Amino acid sequence: MSAEVKEKDPLFSLKNRKLISAPLNRDNPITIQVLGICSALAVTAKLEPSVVMALSVVFVLAVGNVLISLLRRTIPPRIRIIVQLTVIATLVIMVDQFLKAFAYDVSKQLSVFVGLIITNCIIMGRFEAFGMANKPWPSFLDGIGNGLGYGWILIVVGFFRELLGSGTIWGYPVLEKTGLYNWGYENNGMMILPPMALIVVGIIIWVQRSKFRDLIEEN
Amino acid sequence: MFSNRYIFIYSTVMVIIVAVLLSLTAVLLQPRQEKNITIANIQGILAALNMKATAEDAEELYQQYIKTELAIDQNGQIASIYKNGNLEKGEVRPFDIDLKKELFNKKMGNPFLSPLFIAEIEGDTMYIVPLRGVGLWGPLYGNIAFGLDFNEILGADFSHDKETPGLGAEISTKEFSNQFIGKRIFDDAGKFVSIRVVKGGVSTMAPAQQIHGVDAISGGTITSNGVSVMLKNCLENYTTYIQNNINI
Repeated sequence: MSAEVKEKDPLFSLKNRKLISAPLNRDNPITIQVLGICSALAVTAKLEPSVVMALSVVFVLAVGNVLISLLRRTIPPRIRIIVQLTVIATLVIMVDQFLKAFAYDVSKQLSVFVGLIITNCIIMGRFEAFGMANKPWPSFLDGIGNGLGYGWILIVVGFFRELLGSGTIWGYPVLEKTGLYNWGYENNGMMILPPMALIVVGIIIWVQRSKFRDLIEEN
Repeated sequence: MFSNRYIFIYSTVMVIIVAVLLSLTAVLLQPRQEKNITIANIQGILAALNMKATAEDAEELYQQYIKTELAIDQNGQIASIYKNGNLEKGEVRPFDIDLKKELFNKKMGNPFLSPLFIAEIEGDTMYIVPLRGVGLWGPLYGNIAFGLDFNEILGADFSHDKETPGLGAEISTKEFSNQFIGKRIFDDAGKFVSIRVVKGGVSTMAPAQQIHGVDAISGGTITSNGVSVMLKNCLENYTTYIQNNINI
C-alpha cells in the first residue's frame, strides 16, 4: 500500500490558475480545438447577442461541470451521456426562461440559438473530459475558463462584424457619428452573413499561431 | 459496478428532480414573461404608427394614443368596444384576443373576431390592424396602420420567431416595412386587392397595380409569400366593416 499523502491544493494554485488561463489562449475551444463553431457563426452578427451567448455558455458550462463533478461517483457509466445531456438541457432551459423573463429582446434575437447551447460540443466535451474525472472546484474553474475562452472569441468576432457590417457597436451608430459616410464609406453587407464569421475566426487563428509558433502543426 | 436496478432508480429520481425544477422555474417566471409579450405587442402596434417605444414607456404611450379598441365579427359587425379603459360592449377586450385562435376559427368556418385598434394622434384618426401568418420556419406577425380612409397605409411593422437571419428575417427591418407606406389595399373601384409582396420587385407589375405591391426579399421567397398571404387573410376580414362604416 502506498502511503498517498494528499496535499490540499490552495484555491488558486498554479495548476488551478492554468485551468482558467489555458482555454483563453493555448487550449482555446474555438481556435485550437475548433469546437462550437456553429454557434460562433450564428450569433455573432451583432455584439449584444454575442455577449449574452458568451455569458449563457459560461453559466451552463461552470454550473454543469460542478454538478457533473459532484455526481461523478454516482453516475452509472452506461447512462453517463444521458445524465450529462439532462444536466445541460435543464440548465439551458432555465437560461432560456430567465432570458425570456428578464431580457426579452435578446431572447427574441437568440431564440433558436439558446436552445442550441444544448448541442454545443464544448459543453459535452468538458463534462466528459473534465467534470467526470475531477473535483468540483477545479471543474468549476475549468468550466469558467472554457466558457470565457469560447466567449472572448465570440465577442471579438461580434465586435468586428457589427462594426464593419452595420457600422454600429452595441447598437450605437459609431461610424455615423464620425462622419465616415460623408466620405463615401459604405457598410460591408457581407460581414453580416455567416461565412464572414469563419473568416474572422480564421484571422484570429492566424494571429494566434503567428504569435505562438509552437502551436503550428507539422505539415 | 452499478446494477440495473440502480440505473433505473437513478434515472427515475433524476427525471423527477429535473421536472420539478423546470416546472417551478416556468411557473415562477410566467407572469414576467407574459408581461414582456404584452409589451412586445404594444411596441409592435406603436411601431406601425412609426413610433419607437421602449419597454418602459410602451404602456404609457399606448394609453395616450390608442383611444379605442374594437372587435369586428365575421359579418363586419362590432362585437366589442373597449374605450378609455372600460369594456363598453362585448365580453372580451379586443387587445386580449388571440388572433391565432380566431384565424383558425375562420379557417374552420366558425364565427371569429378580428381586433381593430383606433389611434388618435394630434386630431388624426388612424386604424391599426394586427396581422398573423406563417413564414418558413414559424409564425409571422405584425401590425399595419391606415389613415382615415382605411385604404392608404401609414406604416407597418413585421416580426417573426425563427425566420432565417439575413434572408427571411429581413421582414422585421424598417427597409422592408417602410415600403408599405403610401400603398393602398383597395383599387379605384373600391374592390379589395390587399398588398402583394412581389418576387422580382414591384417594377415587374403593371403600372396600375404597383400601388398594391412591395418588393420581396431576395432569398426569402417563402417568408415573403407568407407576408402576402398573411396580409390578405387578415385584412379581408375588415372589408365589410370598412364598406359599412367608412366611406371610400
